[in-house]
Amino acid sequence: MIEVQKLKKSFKDGESTTEVLKGIDFVAKSGEFIAIMGRSGAGKSTFLYQMSLLDEPTEGIIFIDKINTQTLSTNEKTDFRLSLFGYIFQDYALLPEMTALENVALPLLMQNIKEKEALAKASDALIKVGLGKRLDNLPSQLSGGEQQRVSIARAIAHEPKILFADEPTANLDNESSRVIMEIFRDLHRKGQTIIMVTHEEEFSKNAERIVHLDDGRIVKEIIQKPQ
Amino acid sequence: MFSLLNIRIGFFLAKRQIRRSSRWTTTLIIFVMFFTFLNLVVVSGILVGLIQGAIDAVRTHYTSDVIISTLSNKTYVENSPEIISIVKSLPQVEAVTARYLEGGTVEANYKTRTDEKEKPNTATASITGIDPVAEDSVSGISKFIIEGEYLTPQDYDQVLVGSFLVEKYLPIDSPGFSTLRNVSPGTKIRIKVHGVEREVTVKGIIKAKVDEVSLRLFMIDSQLKSIIGRNDYNVDEISIKLKPGVDPSIVRDILKRNGVDRVAKVQTYTDAQPKFIKDMVNTFALLGNMLSSIGLVVASITIFIVIFINAITRRKFIGILKGIGINERTIEISYIFQSFFYAFCGSLIGIVTLYVFLQPAIAAHPIDFPFSDGILVAPIGGTMLRVGLLMITTIIAGFIPARMIVRKNTLDSILGRN
Repeated sequence: MIEVQKLKKSFKDGESTTEVLKGIDFVAKSGEFIAIMGRSGAGKSTFLYQMSLLDEPTEGIIFIDKINTQTLSTNEKTDFRLSLFGYIFQDYALLPEMTALENVALPLLMQNIKEKEALAKASDALIKVGLGKRLDNLPSQLSGGEQQRVSIARAIAHEPKILFADEPTANLDNESSRVIMEIFRDLHRKGQTIIMVTHEEEFSKNAERIVHLDDGRIVKEIIQKPQ
Repeated sequence: MFSLLNIRIGFFLAKRQIRRSSRWTTTLIIFVMFFTFLNLVVVSGILVGLIQGAIDAVRTHYTSDVIISTLSNKTYVENSPEIISIVKSLPQVEAVTARYLEGGTVEANYKTRTDEKEKPNTATASITGIDPVAEDSVSGISKFIIEGEYLTPQDYDQVLVGSFLVEKYLPIDSPGFSTLRNVSPGTKIRIKVHGVEREVTVKGIIKAKVDEVSLRLFMIDSQLKSIIGRNDYNVDEISIKLKPGVDPSIVRDILKRNGVDRVAKVQTYTDAQPKFIKDMVNTFALLGNMLSSIGLVVASITIFIVIFINAITRRKFIGILKGIGINERTIEISYIFQSFFYAFCGSLIGIVTLYVFLQPAIAAHPIDFPFSDGILVAPIGGTMLRVGLLMITTIIAGFIPARMIVRKNTLDSILGRN
């Protein structure tokens, strides 16, 4: 599904260049739940952003469904993200002027799904994450955990091939984090491919594969039975 | 890339952003657009209206709709009685007045002058003989009496003096122009026409923003006729007031077909306008357009700043939109819709204010300029053109900053990196 070859990413700051990813080879198969772990500054989030086409690598190739993504234009990458990917950000990344329902419906509408159908699908997704009674609430009227569940609903409503999650529980209390991880487990059981960045050991136990990064390189991979 | 889908989603985004934005900010932006609209339409409208007010005054209080006057090589309108009877027979005509005109001098204070060497207090005036009733039915000049009373047909040896001939109302001291001192109703003055001198009493002083009224001295037509010895009833001017809605050029052409133009000048009120008046209208319109252009630039800068600040502060959310698959064009369209909304609301409020309040109010109470009663000229066509210009300028001013922000790297926008 995803194949990464010799991936490098460096950032320039004036004269100096910082190499964050130093040549990563990686493969993710359909239906896998992968946790990317590592200490702060190891390059976990940068790695996720390259794979999810939110950023341009400095070197290397990323294949998604055998398509070389380096050959795609900006608009084609946007279409790719719209139809194939779902994103869950650490800070929820909801649009403040839209209700929970509208936030979830927006990517569906962009896929040219009729408004009625899009709203119905969005509503279903919100019900799935336990927010059936908060459809018309604005993000500011929701708790952190609820906002993250809206973010998950938005990411899964269009049934993406891959779900990318960047520290989805970092800003949440234990109870909310457990609810989020339960949703992830449930999605995985239903065959959803998930690639999640986390620094919390407890939550990485839900994944079937743990990839450890250090200093821009994969240093260890653990295959496990998810708890 | 302006596909129907992009427009639909752009509208969806814009609608929600406007609906949930700060009401104060939205009101302020619309307020700015409203004043920009007024600046575009009203400033040029007042400038043109200033001249138009003068033109309208000349039409209403002097030429009326059609004026028949002497040919340049003649001293009066020949066959005046026949021409007047033709005019009166036309169904389009509402009222007619004929005037006798002679240049003459007026002298005041001659009774109190003791020294023979003292310069006499005289003024040059156009002595105008009128039928007071007919004149008032056409030009309505009786309402301009500021002192004393208007003439009646029996007011022999009584005159109305134009205010520009009276020092009190035109206190200027020019070598080529003199005015009468200490003149008010009841004052005796001496008029001299064709070498004939006559003492008359001032019955009233008349003041209008039309030189042909304020620079003349009016008396009963039969008296002036006898002074100048014109016994053939030929007059110098005939002003014709038409029924409402009649095109003056139709009556002019009828009179020309009847041969009136062989013995007199037949002109509509527009034909009779001096060229400099037309030049002034064009000059003021140009001036108005120049001022409007500045207003347009100010409006576009305002919208640019508003949208730029909006887009800058929402950069993270623009990044999120791009991240979840909303393409750049759709986001730009959402900002175009927002700019359009501000311009549309400002223009709509402006149009209502203009046509429901401002224009009728100024028409009812014209602005008192020194030389005209200014009105607000705002033809619908011109207003719509300006609204269109405002819309286009605003849309461009909204699109550019949106494009600048939307083009930034998606991840940098989401993470707030520069």
